[in-house]
Amino acid sequence: MRKSSKSRLRSIELFDIINMLFAISVCFLTLYPMWFTVVNAFNDGTDALRGGIYWWPRVFTINNFKAVFGTNNIIDSFFVSVARTGLGTVTHVFLTAMVSYALSKRDLMGRKAYLVIGTITLFFGGGLIPTFLLIKTLGLYDNFLVYIIPTMFSFYELLIFQAFFREIPVSLEESARMDGANDFIIFLKVIIPLSKPVLATIALFVGVSHWNDYFMGVVYILNAKLLPIQTYLYKIIALSGFDEIRMTAPDFVGGKQVTSQSMKYSTMILTTLPIIAVYPFLQKYFVKGMLIGSIKG
Amino acid sequence: MQNDIAANSVKAQSKTGLNTNLKRLYSQRYLQAMALPGIVWMIIFCYIPLVWIVIAFKEYDIVKPIWSVPWVGFTHFTDFFKDEQFLTVIRNTFGISLLRLAAGFPAPIIFALLLNEIRLVRFKKLVQTVSYLPHFLSWVILGGIVTPWLSDTGFITNALFNLHIIPEQALLLGEPKYFWQIAVISDIWKELGWSAIIYIAAIAGISPALYEAATVDGAGRFRKIWYITLPCIKGTIAILFVLAVGSIMNTNFDQILVLRNSLNRSSSTVLDIFVYHMGIQSGRFSYATAIGLIRSVVSLSLLLLANSVTKKLTDSSLF
Repeated sequence: MRKSSKSRLRSIELFDIINMLFAISVCFLTLYPMWFTVVNAFNDGTDALRGGIYWWPRVFTINNFKAVFGTNNIIDSFFVSVARTGLGTVTHVFLTAMVSYALSKRDLMGRKAYLVIGTITLFFGGGLIPTFLLIKTLGLYDNFLVYIIPTMFSFYELLIFQAFFREIPVSLEESARMDGANDFIIFLKVIIPLSKPVLATIALFVGVSHWNDYFMGVVYILNAKLLPIQTYLYKIIALSGFDEIRMTAPDFVGGKQVTSQSMKYSTMILTTLPIIAVYPFLQKYFVKGMLIGSIKG
Repeated sequence: MQNDIAANSVKAQSKTGLNTNLKRLYSQRYLQAMALPGIVWMIIFCYIPLVWIVIAFKEYDIVKPIWSVPWVGFTHFTDFFKDEQFLTVIRNTFGISLLRLAAGFPAPIIFALLLNEIRLVRFKKLVQTVSYLPHFLSWVILGGIVTPWLSDTGFITNALFNLHIIPEQALLLGEPKYFWQIAVISDIWKELGWSAIIYIAAIAGISPALYEAATVDGAGRFRKIWYITLPCIKGTIAILFVLAVGSIMNTNFDQILVLRNSLNRSSSTVLDIFVYHMGIQSGRFSYATAIGLIRSVVSLSLLLLANSVTKKLTDSSLF
């Protein structure tokens, strides 16, 4: 009797150890690839061709980053990414919140029809080709606005906003109305300041998806100056992947000796930095957001 | 007295019903103006593409207006079944998706169960936080990390070779026979922590009293997992399973596009990629739309089928 309880205790301990090791290895498998990229981004490109750089740069240099900042195409792409993420997020959140506020008023005429129109969009879509043809017809093809306008609104997020707007006490709106404010002014001056948490959450969602999107640049943009950084990277990683890796001849970019691979790593680091910077917030809000989504869905 | 007033106002309303409606509309003119842009946006960006699906039944030409091109019935649909790439595309789509369902669906459940067994709360939080990270990185970045590792000198290739899992040191992404595995494993690597969140939340909602009672009855850790945790999260598993089956036809486009190349084409051409090539790159818009439509119809049928089966088996379902 005593022996058996003891052996059970021991087996539990063994399981705990194995489990901890498993958890640590998940963390390692997640973090190490990023660390490897960081190490290689800070290592001299020509030296890296000898291989064997796993934990720490062997020949430390910041030339790769200098070369990246000296390449006009990359700078342009970063600018496009920043512009589309900033503008895209602000317009998306503003439009969706504004429409959501109007639709949250139960006495709004036509509200039921509006909600039906919106709900259908959650389940049916035209697909890639019809959307592509629409974009062409609207003159958005090869136009910066293709990043902004077709992603400006989401009915799903409208529903999330609505759940929050309903919680705001009507008395606050009423007192603003007494002071002569119209609905739009109330939305701007009363509703927006009171809904900062939900606005921030959705803005993070939208911002990350804008920053990470590379597909729109692939499909809708020809002009290299309008490509976001993700599409730029996609083109050098996927389209010429193998040759680039094997390329042995070092390049001189902006007077710095680098290889295409080492520059690729440093571009990847710079592209990931904004995500890492907002990660603590993402972590906090996204988990909540995902759970809201799962309850609604 | 009050009744009188109410009756009068009803009378007044019926007399000038149109008038009061107009007045009401005028009084909410700001609200209507605020709602309008959203409605217009949805009509343009959601409904016009829906109408545009009709080109699947037409011979669309980009230089001609949509109504002037001839109707061709189901020609494009039958063409797809006769296409020389048809079998390849179907095989790859189902191959990758079923592999993903078999390996990628249980993985986050197991991860959540194991994480739940960790008693050090801080360590558990840390593991969770770290494991979400790849979800927020784009496939371009992850592809940029993975591609060199899978090259003939990359260290995943070396490790697998030294473990005798693969016979030669080759470009793994250049070998069609490895593509499905690479797609599925790299997807699990990216989404494991993120997909586990919902199970972790479900497990956290289980009443501790159940576990206490089981402890009193002498149940060990594994018995508790099997008889308490799993039955309690059965509903969540069922719903996510229905969704996973519904997306069998959507192989992860962003991922496949990054990982595919001219050498692995024969095992990386999935439906989404095929539609993209036919439509955007070759300009066969009608044909590509027809294939897209087939895909949507099959997806919807799979979703409904999975839903009704899960409903019968587990009493929980999506709708």
